[in-house]
Amino acid sequence: MSVAHSLASGMGGIRTAGDLVARMEIARGMKINEAKEYVAKKLEVSVVDLSDPVVMNELRRDLDIGSAYVLPGVAQGIDAKFRIAELLDIEINSVKKFEERIGRKLK
Amino acid sequence: MGKIRTRLGDGSVIELSESELRSDLESGTQEAAERGKIPPLSQDELRYLAELFKRPDRTVGVDVGKEVVLSYDCGPLKIKRSYGTASKFQSLQILERLFGADTLEMAHVDYSYKPARQLLWMDQPIMEQALLVTIPAMFYGAMPNLGLYTQPDGPCTNPMELLPQGKIAEARASFEEMVEHAVNDMVLVASTMYEAGADGINFDTTGAAGDGDFLAALRATEVLRQKYPDICIEMGMAGEFVFGMHGALTYDGVRLAGLYPHEQLKLAEKAGVSIFGPAVNTNTDSSCPRDVARSSTFIKACVKNSNILIHGNVGMGVGGMPMQDVLPVDSVTRASKAMVEITGLDGL
Repeated sequence: MSVAHSLASGMGGIRTAGDLVARMEIARGMKINEAKEYVAKKLEVSVVDLSDPVVMNELRRDLDIGSAYVLPGVAQGIDAKFRIAELLDIEINSVKKFEERIGRKLK
Repeated sequence: MGKIRTRLGDGSVIELSESELRSDLESGTQEAAERGKIPPLSQDELRYLAELFKRPDRTVGVDVGKEVVLSYDCGPLKIKRSYGTASKFQSLQILERLFGADTLEMAHVDYSYKPARQLLWMDQPIMEQALLVTIPAMFYGAMPNLGLYTQPDGPCTNPMELLPQGKIAEARASFEEMVEHAVNDMVLVASTMYEAGADGINFDTTGAAGDGDFLAALRATEVLRQKYPDICIEMGMAGEFVFGMHGALTYDGVRLAGLYPHEQLKLAEKAGVSIFGPAVNTNTDSSCPRDVARSSTFIKACVKNSNILIHGNVGMGVGGMPMQDVLPVDSVTRASKAMVEITGLDGL
């Protein structure tokens, strides 16, 4: 069922920019269209590009914010979230907790 | 045109003529409109649904650019309950990297806040470590599940045993006590997971045990919103109508029993919910087109009246989906597309 929904109407998660749009809904309470426009502007792509895995996979690699196809040396978890927080200008709870744990701000 | 192949709400295949299809769509939206005292779908929207169900395609999807964010209940349980041999970490990574999940949700297999409280010492480190190796926003989710607070497993006398004895006041007092226990557990678990780094909390299947269940989730939300102003709180409902198991419980002066989704939404907003998940029941004797028209009518009314995000429940037996464990993709994708394109919601 999850896969069928994802194919029919989902944004695609880290295959595309679905996780980034979701971040804006969660962090700022933005409605779906506002969240898409915000992310598209930050990434300098069109709203349609946000759910295109070819465009987004390449862009995600360039930005090193994690992608579904993992290559050696690329961001895969908290490292990607540090960059996403900065890219989208939002606070991510787990990033903040990580900084608290190591006792310093990374950027 | 020949017969249109579709399904009943129980998942079995049926065939409808074009006039039967139109009649089912009309009756679905009219029933929702009458029950909820909300506007029915327009003739254009009903024509859109008719075209959607007439298509012979096995699967359908939204137009490019109209995709929405997907949030999930039960996260790792979806794999666990199929006896997939994956840990919670592995399940979350499967959802993230293979399923294209826009958000993730960590959960314990019992999926209720009462047992989750007992396992916090084990689940908190899992949450902390999962947050290090995943990218999408992570929720912790479980159900208020008031039923777990009754004897012999819980501390309260079972109201369902008191009611047949005519002990109405005692039964109501027991419900009220259950609410207090549930609020304490929900606040403790949610606080622990948020302080471990979770992005949000999901109160899922809210209202499953009636008005007390809904009240517990509203009160827990209120406490958490005050404690953590930035926390994302998702409240997914159990059904379209809040059962009056207690009957006289209120929140902010509004009686909870009998509220429909657009009315539940207003109280959720007031309590501090960030994402509201309306649930509209599937009628297993109705056709899927009728169930989809009925669900879309209720959810459209929520979207129209909402100041917060709406992620409609479109799972087994709700949101126009058949009541089946293993769902057919023709029904799932039609309900999915219709819900997004008719109601304009923010996610599923």
